[in-house]
Amino acid sequence: MISLLIIGLFLLLSLWLGIKARKGKDMDLEQWAVGGRGFGTIFVFVLLAGETYTTFTFLGGSGMSYGVGGPAMFILVYGTLANIIGYWMLPRIWKYAKENRLVSQPDYFASKYKSKGLGLLVTVVSVAAMIPYLVMQFKGLGIIVSEASYGRIPPSAAVWVSMATIVIYVMISGIHGSAWTAVIKDIMILGVVLFLGLYLPFHYYGGIQEMFQNIETAKPGFLVLPSEGMSPSWFLSTIVLLSLGFYMYPHAFSSLYSAKNANAIRKNVGMMPLYSLIIVFVFFVGFAAILQVPGLKGENVDLALFRLSLQTFDPWVIGLIGAAGLLTALVPGSMMLMSISTLLAKNVYKELAPSANDRKVMMVAKWLVPIVGLIAVWFTLYGTNTIASLIIIGSSLITQLTPSVFLSLSKKPYLTTQGSIAGIVTGIIIISYLTFTETTIGSLFPSLPQVLKDINIGLIALIINVLVSLSVTYIQKAMIDKGKVSRNYQAS
Amino acid sequence: MQKIYFLVLIPILFILGAPIFANKVTPYILGLPFFMFFVCLSVLVTSLTLLTINKFD
Repeated sequence: MISLLIIGLFLLLSLWLGIKARKGKDMDLEQWAVGGRGFGTIFVFVLLAGETYTTFTFLGGSGMSYGVGGPAMFILVYGTLANIIGYWMLPRIWKYAKENRLVSQPDYFASKYKSKGLGLLVTVVSVAAMIPYLVMQFKGLGIIVSEASYGRIPPSAAVWVSMATIVIYVMISGIHGSAWTAVIKDIMILGVVLFLGLYLPFHYYGGIQEMFQNIETAKPGFLVLPSEGMSPSWFLSTIVLLSLGFYMYPHAFSSLYSAKNANAIRKNVGMMPLYSLIIVFVFFVGFAAILQVPGLKGENVDLALFRLSLQTFDPWVIGLIGAAGLLTALVPGSMMLMSISTLLAKNVYKELAPSANDRKVMMVAKWLVPIVGLIAVWFTLYGTNTIASLIIIGSSLITQLTPSVFLSLSKKPYLTTQGSIAGIVTGIIIISYLTFTETTIGSLFPSLPQVLKDINIGLIALIINVLVSLSVTYIQKAMIDKGKVSRNYQAS
Repeated sequence: MQKIYFLVLIPILFILGAPIFANKVTPYILGLPFFMFFVCLSVLVTSLTLLTINKFD
């Protein structure tokens, strides 16, 4: 009962903070969606770091180290590589967005390529890529509250209550609500993760090195990359692929736009890898559970953190762990919910009703929040167990936008609008086919050496995307040049 | 192109080199298997490099 009480208190605290964040602010669309572009280093940091610590990290990070061991390290590295790219890419996007008063991620594409059609395509791709992520936050939430309440609250009830909380504070305070809840969440998650990551290895094994030595004795080779499957070539291709898509999500653009100046962003990406090192302590929890709660298989590996905690701690500690887990789902969940609603209002509704003013667009965005929330809850409660494949496709989908962003960072985009659209559409068709048919490079070319068979096939779709984009652009530019030459010839 | 930007090659080499040159359990450093230690080191090097570049950018 006490664990439930603690979780309930934190839920109310986040709701109160979310509503209070509105105070003294005139909520126009820019204020609601990107905080009036006035957030300093700390707020931008916690919003961007919110992406680092989602329920996937909390449950999935410990679950993956429990389930596969060494290969779980990719979670730590792909964000780091993304921040190296981000140091040069993000300030340019921020400056362009500020000059052109952009609010959403498709705005960037529509404005830079001067094409509303491309903006609409990016909106569709982004919403399709984000819904699975939103569903994952809710699913994780269901697990957390259900486990922390010792099974008294069914996951479905937890999902409904948390959805209602998110919807209320997003509708009232927009990004301001997320920013304040993010501060509380980060303090909580830091405390809980550090405590669990240090206490459990010492409690069960007498130390961290002792824990790893025990695992190495029981499961030799588990702590490094295997020579087949999740091998070094899988590791490298996966971190490259995921790092390219890391900052392409609409909610990452929203966090980015909210910064006060470009250097706040540079400082943030410099500090972000340091912050992500905390994930190591999440891994420790998963490793500690291997020999203590053996036998978790399939998607149950995500329960490793809670199953080990339940057999170790008193209910009040479980309550605090549950509350921290709850907040890791609420913050990214609210950012995604707000991003999806802003996208649909600004880049679909506004295109269909061009006479609508900003106030009207914001009204539509606000009322889309509960509708999108209900859709996510429906998928959470009635969706099948293929959430893992949905997340992979979500990530692969959003990465298809990368070439169009990279090649637009100079003053004038290198790609033509048609080149960009052709690349994105080709990449998406290929990645959808490959994912749903579960095709790998190994299954396509069984005679290739193992090092090539293990390469993440998403990288192939991305390379084809780039080739198609460049080819269409090159042909178009050649035709334009040819037209100019023949016109000059006729004139002479 | 500022010369200071070339520093970024250091963390990139660390990150891409980890699975190739450091994929082994021993020696344990700071209690961590060598692979895990090397991955953490590359994350730390990235952060310090980006903050250094930012200081002189």
